[in-house]
Amino acid sequence: MPDNPLDRGEHVEVLRITDLSKFYTMGEVRVDALKHISLEFHAGELAVLLGASGSGKSTLLNIIGGLDVPSSGKLFFHGREITAATEAELTAYRRRSIGFVFQFYNLISSLSALENVQLVTEIADNPMSAEEALRLVDLGHRLNHFPAQLSGGEQQRVAIARAVAKRPELLLCDEPTGALDFQTGKLVLDVIEKVNRELGTTTLVITHNASIAGMADRVVRLRSGEISEDRQNLTRMSPSELVW
Amino acid sequence: MKPLQRKLLRELMRLKGQMLAVAAVVACGISVFVSMSSVKHSLEVSRQRYYNRYRFADVFVQVKRAPEFYRETVSRIPGVASVSTRITADVTLDVPGLDEPATARLVSIPEYRTPVLNDLFLKKGRYIEPGKPEEVIASKPFLEANHLVPGDRISAVINGRKRNLLIVGMGLSPEYIYEVQPGSFFPDKRRFGVFWMGRRSLESALDMSGAFNDLSLTLAHGASEKDVIMRLDNLFKRYGSLGAYGRSEQLSDRFIVDEIKQVGIQITFLPVVFLAVAVFLLNIVLRRIVATQRDQIAVLKAIGYSNEDVGLHYLGFAMIPTAFGAVAGTLLGAWLGRGMMDIYAEFYNFAELVYYFRFEDVALSVLLSFAAAIFGALGAVRKAVQLPPAEAMRPDSPALYKPGIFDRESLRKKIPVSLRIIVRNLERRPWKAALSVLMISLSVAILIAGRYTNDCLERMVQVEFSRKHREDVTVIFNNPMPPGVRFNIASLDGVIEHEYYREEPVKMSFGHRVRRQSIKGIVSAEGLQRLVDKENRQFGMPPDGILLTTTLATLLGVRPGDKLQIDFLQGRQRHGELLVSGTIDEILGLSAYMNLGALNRLAGDGGALNAAYLRLDQAKAGKLYTTFKKMPGVAGIMMLKAMKESFNELIAQSMNTSTVILTSFACVLAFAVVYNGARISLSERARELTSLRVLGMTKGEISFILLGEQALLTLSAIPLGFLIGIGLSALLAHALSSELYRLPLVFSAVNFLFAFLVIVFVSVLSAFLVRRRLTSLDLVEVLKTRE
Repeated sequence: MPDNPLDRGEHVEVLRITDLSKFYTMGEVRVDALKHISLEFHAGELAVLLGASGSGKSTLLNIIGGLDVPSSGKLFFHGREITAATEAELTAYRRRSIGFVFQFYNLISSLSALENVQLVTEIADNPMSAEEALRLVDLGHRLNHFPAQLSGGEQQRVAIARAVAKRPELLLCDEPTGALDFQTGKLVLDVIEKVNRELGTTTLVITHNASIAGMADRVVRLRSGEISEDRQNLTRMSPSELVW
Repeated sequence: MKPLQRKLLRELMRLKGQMLAVAAVVACGISVFVSMSSVKHSLEVSRQRYYNRYRFADVFVQVKRAPEFYRETVSRIPGVASVSTRITADVTLDVPGLDEPATARLVSIPEYRTPVLNDLFLKKGRYIEPGKPEEVIASKPFLEANHLVPGDRISAVINGRKRNLLIVGMGLSPEYIYEVQPGSFFPDKRRFGVFWMGRRSLESALDMSGAFNDLSLTLAHGASEKDVIMRLDNLFKRYGSLGAYGRSEQLSDRFIVDEIKQVGIQITFLPVVFLAVAVFLLNIVLRRIVATQRDQIAVLKAIGYSNEDVGLHYLGFAMIPTAFGAVAGTLLGAWLGRGMMDIYAEFYNFAELVYYFRFEDVALSVLLSFAAAIFGALGAVRKAVQLPPAEAMRPDSPALYKPGIFDRESLRKKIPVSLRIIVRNLERRPWKAALSVLMISLSVAILIAGRYTNDCLERMVQVEFSRKHREDVTVIFNNPMPPGVRFNIASLDGVIEHEYYREEPVKMSFGHRVRRQSIKGIVSAEGLQRLVDKENRQFGMPPDGILLTTTLATLLGVRPGDKLQIDFLQGRQRHGELLVSGTIDEILGLSAYMNLGALNRLAGDGGALNAAYLRLDQAKAGKLYTTFKKMPGVAGIMMLKAMKESFNELIAQSMNTSTVILTSFACVLAFAVVYNGARISLSERARELTSLRVLGMTKGEISFILLGEQALLTLSAIPLGFLIGIGLSALLAHALSSELYRLPLVFSAVNFLFAFLVIVFVSVLSAFLVRRRLTSLDLVEVLKTRE
């Protein structure tokens, strides 16, 4: 039986966003980053959030990840309201349920690849071993290399290993290929797709690169803080077939 | 080891220069605290043990001669626990190998048992045996200084008769922990010693059978010292007593108590400065670390590390170097403390001077330094904790710069860009700049204060041994001599100048304040002895009235123009009234000066002389000394040169040690502050400076921007440091001054020059170290990394 619940035909709601808004005040100017967003994500779904820079996609991801709080509206994770959580509950939410992958990898430069992953396995409840996570991203042979000794694509794969090692329910990727060239970027997307497929992790990839949308189950397009499109792909392409 | 701990250790290693600087500052502070508190404690315990074990008396009284049955009378005074009577006398000694006569204080001891009070610690040899009147025990410093051992003989003139004494033991007594000749301030081990002799033999030598001239007693628990002293004064007034006194006025004990107090002062002031600097350094270093690791903090939080995890992690950056500093400081402090005790052992004659290293001192100092570390780190750690992860993910917003004082149109053209960058940087964070200046100036101040004691000692030597006294020797008579004695002395071959003084014990009162004090009657203030205050100003002798030292006037609460009541304690015991004609702020002791003629008239006797100042023809000095050794009226001779030498040897040496320690610590402090400042500047500006290099600036130009800022801070810290240093020295001078001595506030140009050079050297050194990093900046790498 496949690990991905979607493949088993199950539609379990993981995340529900209702009427979510976020604005910042910069000096005397009010910037509306998100306007009345409502969305649902299901278990095992691989969704791509598309949008130009300034469309509000990073803000949405940060709120979903519990890094930021909305100005209004609610966010539920498995029916539990995250927007009402305390600081400690948010920390526990991130620690147990969320995996993050950043555009600039954000590895700790003073720790080796293995140790960067161990940062997570140390504090997670039921993690895979750090070595296993690195083997999953095909880096089993570079365990003891420091970030400065790894290429950009390898660093991003370490970051993905770090994110998935705790077996998160939700993997959030913020422009994972933004700092990488075409070939390397595809390798990284391959790894993300593999994690989604093999572990059944609900995955949200945000990007400004519309070509990536082809690999997703579902594509959500944001424009100026509002949802301009929300569609299902009938077939998922393999990342190696993507072109940009 | 957990990954976060590994991250901490690796990053500490990367920042090892800065972290070592922090650790060194903490180590300095802790070592001062640990060494000083353990020394203070050791001195206190050694003193108390010595006093207890050898039954040091609580109250003392000296009389001319009193019948022995008064011992019984005194023991019946309520509050008196035990009483002991003795016979004491100052006599001249003929020490083999020493031209001039030495002085011995003879103190009687029982022949058949050890003394009830003021017992002896027998270091070598044996106790005296009954029926052998020539046997004596001599004090250890005197024997060692003269290379004498038990078994040697020495001749003394006792009551006009020459006696050949056999030294059978080497001893020490709690009464003479600080062993100085009466009337002197500094020990002269070769020319003064205490000799303990059998009571019987002293009785017969001094015609004192059935009598005593010295009584000491211990008080029962809870007894009032004041009441007992009052009873004793009533009892012994008619036996020529100059007044009973407690331990607090016993010279030896006063020196030790003063010393303990001074050590206590240093415990408080030095570590405070060092810990303050450590707080500052940790603050700036940690703020910088947190600022450069914003994204890492965000990642840790995004991964699910709690605020406590993150806070503790960054607190580790403060705790680990502090822990290193605390360990190193404790070890250094124990070593320094032991070394200081060795110096004290030279100076003070304890039976047993044990160095007690206390765990409490270490615990307290470690606690204090960790408190300082937490305090220093708090701001930065709080910032790391409060940083919202989403915000931390974004780079720090560019610093806000505003047009500053150099941006006026008229000035702009004249000032190069690099200088404008420097000034704007300082203007943007004036508090940080001000704090940096303050910290550098603190190290300048410690340098100044460290060398101040040197200048102060030099002034003391200059005033006391050249300006104030110009005689070669002081001849002290064992009894007041009639004025005619001056003809005898003048007729001695080899005496070039001679001058006499009278020292008359009196009771001075003003209102309810009473003090026992000697009045020194002098012929002139322009001859061999002069009146010079601590600022090296010479005073004239007023023709009438009395001149008091400032401290004495303060103690009595009198001012020039007030009338002082005088009661003579000897002779006719007359009462008189004296006008306070002025005050003089002398370095040593408490004194009251009068014109000799006026003093004689007030005393109502035909005049008396206690001592003579003599300037000698050095060619004939040896023969003169031989004459003095045989003169029965001479109690002893004090040589100015010998006192100066012993002063230099003992006091100056120990002061020099502390100057060396303070100077090295101040250098550490200065280096830590300047180097850290430059390193942090470099880290904050590396990107900006590299961009300037990319735009075409030379290495020299960017070095100027970075190091110019540090140079500006350092240069403005120097004058401020001078001022704080002067203030600190004044505080020290005030705190260390006592009734025994006042420290003059003097600074030599060398002191300031030295501090200046040290700071410049330290700055150049850290500039050199930082410049090496600056020139090796990788242009491409720096621009690639995200700030």
